[in-house]
Amino acid sequence: MRKWVNNEGLSSAWIKVMGEGISVHVSMKLEIKDSPGQLVAALTPISEYGGNIIAVIHQREPETSSDTLGVQIVLEIDHERLDGLVAALRRQGVNILRLGEERLLFRQSVIMIGHLIHTDIGDTIDRIDRTGFAEVAELNVQMPAITEPSTALITIKATTRSKMDRALDLLREVAAEKGLVIVEPLEEADR
Amino acid sequence: MRIAVLGLGAVGKGVLRVLAEKPELGLVLTGVADSASGWIDPDGIDPGEVLDRKCTTNRCGTAGLTADDILDAGEFDVLVEVTPTNASTGEPALTYIRRALISGHHVVTSNKGPIAIAHAELEDLAREQGVALRYEATVGGAIPVIHAIRSGLLGNRAHAITGVLNGTCNYILTRMDEEGLTYDQALAEARELGYAEADPTYDVRGIDAAIKLVILANTCWNLGVTLNDVSITGIDCLTVDALRLAADQDCTIRLIAEASPERGQIRVAPRVLPRTHPLVIEGTLNAVTLSMDLAGEVTLMGRGAGSRETASAIVGDLLAIRDRFIECG
Ligand SMILES: NC(=O)c1ccc[n+]([C@@H]2O[C@H](COP(=O)([O-])OP(=O)(O)OC[C@H]3O[C@@H](n4cnc5c(N)ncnc54)[C@H](OP(=O)(O)O)[C@@H]3O)[C@@H](O)[C@H]2O)c1
Repeated sequence: MRKWVNNEGLSSAWIKVMGEGISVHVSMKLEIKDSPGQLVAALTPISEYGGNIIAVIHQREPETSSDTLGVQIVLEIDHERLDGLVAALRRQGVNILRLGEERLLFRQSVIMIGHLIHTDIGDTIDRIDRTGFAEVAELNVQMPAITEPSTALITIKATTRSKMDRALDLLREVAAEKGLVIVEPLEEADR
Repeated sequence: MRIAVLGLGAVGKGVLRVLAEKPELGLVLTGVADSASGWIDPDGIDPGEVLDRKCTTNRCGTAGLTADDILDAGEFDVLVEVTPTNASTGEPALTYIRRALISGHHVVTSNKGPIAIAHAELEDLAREQGVALRYEATVGGAIPVIHAIRSGLLGNRAHAITGVLNGTCNYILTRMDEEGLTYDQALAEARELGYAEADPTYDVRGIDAAIKLVILANTCWNLGVTLNDVSITGIDCLTVDALRLAADQDCTIRLIAEASPERGQIRVAPRVLPRTHPLVIEGTLNAVTLSMDLAGEVTLMGRGAGSRETASAIVGDLLAIRDRFIECG
């Protein structure tokens, strides 16, 4: 079913709800010429490719020759654009010494129904946040109409797909414990 | 080909109407029974006359003549078993089906109970006896999903089955989504239109969909799953807000049955789907997506219930048996 995710007609909302890992964390070690303007030149393609720079770490290492500079960059980028960025950097004459392990940034929203407030919504959130690998990024609680239970859209972020699965398992556990119902997106088969 | 029909409710009548309408199919009725009467005639019974009798007297034949008498007489090639579903024991249908198979007769049924409970046993029995057991009508009404799995997609391995298998729930969710009705309002409307039973528990709690999922899963993978293996959440917990939150994302909520041995998953639950998803269908329709290794995704959609629609599935099974086992003319 993955192909539906790539369909032209799909809204960004679908991608958001499906929690497909569309952005990745990349850390790359670059070797650039140690002359004015070179760092900026190296960083320009990153913004052109929609990348979001999280950290730039300069390092002068003994083994690099005196006229080059080692720079470590951590960025977040749409994983489909990563290859394009790498090619663009090489065209700029930037030597990529190392491309760090990708960390998928998964987002997934689920709907929760039940007595959310009376079952301590703060604790529900905490239980996810305390895992260290996942966190509640957004919470939209609809206050109930008269006697209806309340309903919330809860968005979880996790570093990898399997961590997301673990976070969702945990949420299911908490929900079962508190008598809440979780309505998940129809997940696509992973193949 | 001679057929005996057990059960003369919506489905049984639908089958008899097709027999009356399409004599060219060569399906000859030689036995019929409801809960309190029956009729056996090896030379053939006029289906129109049976329908008239049932309509005027509420009995289709001779009082006291039973399904067991029809089975004892054995004057038929195929038993069409369309009595009410009993989801916990499968009876009395299970016994009728066993008896027919053991005595070397083919069986076609629309009854989920026996197939969900004893699929492997009945298939083995049919194989030993060299006869057919077909049950297309148990899942998805007119949709030929079991034909697709068993013949159209032969040679494929199924990765997953995903579907909307309960028309009542789909109707309720469609109305909650379109009109912002509460669950109770939409259920009341479904009842008024005859789409929901007086006691809708089996439908709205997801049990009916789960039974159908068990049947599809065992047809596909033969892993002997049972209703107890299915994790089930119904739709009766859904709030207006839940549908609105989904709508804000250009999505909606449907009751989805999903089985995938690869992911160790078999469950029925309301799920959030983008509106453009092929399983987002309207009203009482049903749909099934088969995810296959060769074919990719194949989605079938159609009417999931109804007298004529269910008869379509039964007649399809009957003719498939005729073509495979019985010399024509
Ligand atoms: N309706 C649908 O759209 C649909 C779709 C798919 C599958 N199904 C399944 O198909 C089966 C029949 O459904 P239906 O809607 O036709 O049910 P129905 O309207 O309740 O009719 C059941 C029929 O079975 C007869 N019956 C009960 N016990 C019997 C017995 N021991 N021996 C012989 N006949 C007996 C009843 O007799 P009386 O007339 O004397 O009461 C009645 O005629 C059920 O298993 C159902 O789950 C139905």
